[in-house]
Amino acid sequence: MSVLVYIDTLGGTVTKNSLGAVSYGAQIGSTTVVTNGRVDASELEQLKNYGAEKVLVNRSVEGADASQLTKLIVAAAEQVGADTIIFTNDLTGKAVAPRVSANLKAGLVSGAIALPEADGSIKTNVFSGKAFGIMKVHSPKRVISLTPNATEIKEISAAGSVEEFSPEVGTPGVTVKEVKKQEGDVLLTEAELVVSAGRGLKGPENWGIVEDLAKTLGAATACSRPVSDIGWRPHHEHVGQTGIAIRPNLYIAAGISGAIQHLAGVNGSKVIVVINTDPEAPFFKAADYGVVGDAFDVLPKLNEEIKKLQAQS
Amino acid sequence: MKFLVCISKVPDTTSKIDFTDNNSKFNEAGVQFIVNPYDEWYALVRALELKESLGGSVTTITVGPATDEPIIRKALAIGADNAVRINAEPGDAYFTAHQIAEYAKANAFDVVLTGKETINYNGSQIGGMVAELMGTPYISLATKMDLNGNTATLEKEMVGGVEIVEVNTPFVLSAAKGMAEQRIPNMRGIMAARTKPLEVIEPVPCDDLTSFVSFELPPEKSEVKLVDADNIGELVNLLHNEAKVI
Ligand SMILES: Cc1cc2nc3c(=O)[nH]c(=O)nc-3n(C[C@H](O)[C@H](O)[C@H](O)COP(=O)(O)OP(=O)(O)OC[C@H]3O[C@@H](n4cnc5c(N)ncnc54)[C@H](O)[C@@H]3O)c2cc1C
Ligand SMILES: Nc1ncnc2c1ncn2[C@@H]1O[C@H](COP(=O)(O)O)[C@@H](O)[C@H]1O
Repeated sequence: MSVLVYIDTLGGTVTKNSLGAVSYGAQIGSTTVVTNGRVDASELEQLKNYGAEKVLVNRSVEGADASQLTKLIVAAAEQVGADTIIFTNDLTGKAVAPRVSANLKAGLVSGAIALPEADGSIKTNVFSGKAFGIMKVHSPKRVISLTPNATEIKEISAAGSVEEFSPEVGTPGVTVKEVKKQEGDVLLTEAELVVSAGRGLKGPENWGIVEDLAKTLGAATACSRPVSDIGWRPHHEHVGQTGIAIRPNLYIAAGISGAIQHLAGVNGSKVIVVINTDPEAPFFKAADYGVVGDAFDVLPKLNEEIKKLQAQS
Repeated sequence: MKFLVCISKVPDTTSKIDFTDNNSKFNEAGVQFIVNPYDEWYALVRALELKESLGGSVTTITVGPATDEPIIRKALAIGADNAVRINAEPGDAYFTAHQIAEYAKANAFDVVLTGKETINYNGSQIGGMVAELMGTPYISLATKMDLNGNTATLEKEMVGGVEIVEVNTPFVLSAAKGMAEQRIPNMRGIMAARTKPLEVIEPVPCDDLTSFVSFELPPEKSEVKLVDADNIGELVNLLHNEAKVI
């Protein structure tokens, strides 16, 4: 099997999700990585520890234009004779993987959560994480878009030579006018720990206790839909069926009832802690640990206890 | 401006999810079907708003059997001018995208809008495939769109923020939250929808590239461990030593 993995190096760094995609590819076959953007060769060096035989880097193609990226990736796939092309199912993957799939007439498995089985079938998330679908690809080539944080990242050593790669990609069809970076330190989609709150917090002025806890943990913050709808919190924090889906190792939910549409975005989390004054809140059924109590009392206490733990170690 | 809005049918967000026929098919018994929220709330409503201010037309397209017609009428009731149904069971994303792209190319639409994803199979695949098959730009996960002549300015989500981009028609976009506000159809709209044109077209031949062979439900969660609010130290202990997540 010859595998091509596309990774996004936004901001010039290789993310954990990218390492996951490379390591996933290397467990399937001989893996080449293709990437674009202003990224240091030293940053790409580490990919050899996750199984990259070769890294092809193009420094001129911008991420916004999915059609140029598609041409770049298709050219790389041709050069290495790839039969499997892997993306991370994040914002970039969602923009580019379907184009590459249609271009190569290669069946697309989106949201994969496991390695292919011996018969080629691949497990994916469907119904917003409420079920799994086992998918088969019938075309000779395939594209797999991997759910972030769903598979184990293995260290596999390989040659990892870095080469410039500049095929003909045409002119951009999309012009970027402005980029607005999200404020806040930890990216929600990349976060291993997430502290989230809902309407139970009563108003935006009360989010200090959520942010304090997140800061202590090095966690990202999230919220339920009504909270972002009323403008208490920014839209990009909204998780759930109509927001973003996340799979952190720990999801702490305070003052969120646990409606089915909310659960749809967080039920892939490894451990869920629910803090709610109402012992009948549906979220407790989906939780691993629960505290029946007032978020205004419990969140600061939790913050203090975690600081104590951190002081010990 | 000619807008084409892709409308799909999905189970209501509160539906119980289970499977029949040896776990190979979604169990539709007792399930209520709705227009996929991203298609209805964001893609359709933004197309209608732009048509209302700039002129033009809004056509919807659905790849699906005759049983999809109630949800197509709902889209007409919200305000679309006319609808097209490609008379086929939607196969995989490639099959569906192929049908939409063929129709869009033949009828010279300026903007093709899809939803961010269908909430049942969550592929987020069709918009990008349609764009590639049509050879146009694709703005994935657009949260705002304005048009000035043939030039559109869009805001789109990107990893770690948003990007403001410009693109000329024709192009394809997938619509995410922020684009528009949900519209509830009124009585007049519902009455008018009954007589609006709904054209049925036979599919063009195309093979599926993928299929679902079976489905599984996640394992039941074990009972929640409750910790007393006066003993949060114990919660931290469990998270550190038992769950090993902090
Ligand atoms: C089609 C559709 C899509 C949707 N998509 C999403 C989605 O993507 N994401 C999403 O989140 N929702 C979504 N929703 C909305 C969802 O159904 C719920 O309405 C929403 O999740 C409720 O938000 P909440 O839990 O913050 O508020 P509420 O339901 O009002 O719950 C507040 C909770 O806080 C508790 N509480 C109150 N005071 C305190 C206190 N002092 N301390 C601790 N707990 C307290 C209460 O007991 C209650 O359980 C969707 C709905 C529809 C119809
Ligand atoms: N059968 C269909 N007919 C028309 N449009 C569809 C169909 N299925 C999906 N779409 C459109 O494609 C978008 C993305 O779907 P998906 O790629 O399945 O997640 C949806 O939000 C719809 O706008």
